[in-house]
Amino acid sequence: MNHENIQFSKEELARYNRHIIIKEFGLDAQKKLKAAKVLVIGSGGLGSPVLLYLAAAGVGTIGIVDFDVVDDSNLQRQVLFGVHDVGKSKAEAARQRLQSLNPFINIEVHNVQFTSKNALELIKKYDVVADGTDNFPTRYLVNDACVLLNKPNVYASIFQFEGQVSVFNYRNSKGELGPNYRDLYATPPPPGLVPSCAEGGVLGVLPGIIGSLQALEVIKVITGVGEILSGRFYIFDALNFESRTFNLKRNPNNPLNGVNPTIKELIDYEEFCSVKTVERAIKEISVKELYDWQVRGEDFQLIDVREPHEYDIVNLGAELIPLGVVSKHAEKIDRTKKVVIHCKTGGRSAKAIRELEDKFGFTNLYNLKAGIFGWIDEVDPELTKY
Amino acid sequence: MNKYRIKAFGITKDLLGGRETFIEIEGHTVGHLRAALNERYPQLLGLRSLFIAVNNDYADENIQLNDADEIALIPPVSGG
Repeated sequence: MNHENIQFSKEELARYNRHIIIKEFGLDAQKKLKAAKVLVIGSGGLGSPVLLYLAAAGVGTIGIVDFDVVDDSNLQRQVLFGVHDVGKSKAEAARQRLQSLNPFINIEVHNVQFTSKNALELIKKYDVVADGTDNFPTRYLVNDACVLLNKPNVYASIFQFEGQVSVFNYRNSKGELGPNYRDLYATPPPPGLVPSCAEGGVLGVLPGIIGSLQALEVIKVITGVGEILSGRFYIFDALNFESRTFNLKRNPNNPLNGVNPTIKELIDYEEFCSVKTVERAIKEISVKELYDWQVRGEDFQLIDVREPHEYDIVNLGAELIPLGVVSKHAEKIDRTKKVVIHCKTGGRSAKAIRELEDKFGFTNLYNLKAGIFGWIDEVDPELTKY
Repeated sequence: MNKYRIKAFGITKDLLGGRETFIEIEGHTVGHLRAALNERYPQLLGLRSLFIAVNNDYADENIQLNDADEIALIPPVSGG
């Protein structure tokens, strides 16, 4: 990014005055922001503050990748959006909000799913990437694409009350390259073990805090102001108001850029993060099939392994045995007929089935694919989602 | 036996039953500790990737542990 020739209008100078008057920042850093192109992947909980602050700060070109639409359940934390945006494309709704916040910048909307097919093409036009995605396959994809293209990846991630921030694949002024995500986590956890925000929940203000830190690091990477969080890993625990910064280092066994790299192009990340390699398959049933069973009066037992407070919000009249106590209550599970186990989206019920099969040798358990949410989507949209 | 203080983050908090726990093990390296943890809490093994830090530094398996060391377990999280 060449910022030498960047010019500002009178209106822009007035707008960015509080930046320009900081001695360590000044007009030069503001020019760097205007010259910079940042790609924000995911415009959800983290993407909201990242996009708002980068737009307000005057980053000249901001790309937004998101193919999702705004849902009511997003508004508890995704402060980019309002009630009038529900049902609209997130990337487009974000563009409108950001453009009204700052008309002096360019917003580029990529209303597509970020995949191995388009990742390199999308990232290569930008200088810095901010990863605000919400699943492991995409996190590995963003990481690998940034390493292959030599782009800094400003990373943040959240879980319930905890947030993580780091700057990956950053090359400092001495030419030294910092660690990336695979130096920390060589292999992804199996699906369902680490809950997503949709499964495990998240306190709405947490992505606000963590996403703001992510925006901060994007601004530092662009301007070179301050000490960048490269080679370090920050964790914030909102419950105890405790934060830690861990020191990282590059791992010679990193398959991307270690001593003997084995990954030279993007791979199939769904497969890489899939259950197939580590866990055996379990029997499944779709919501449509379950509906058919009910209609034709099939004799089966229905068990819900969610928590009582979730059950209170919405349930299918199943017997409630939360995942944590499922082994203790194994005797309540019928061995003489088919048993369908469900949760919110199918992750916890799969765990419950594996646990019951392993410990007690059940062979009659069926996992309800897509869980009660699938049921609501396909069978009974009148029920409450949460 | 050597006793170490473990600080758990993310999902490991649930797996170990709290933020902080003490563990007594025979060995004195991060590798020994990891093996002992996996034996005591088999679900940890299921994580497949767990970053262990000793006194706030990323720790390889052969790092030696001392009594006063603080060990942190940092699992991956993916929420956004």
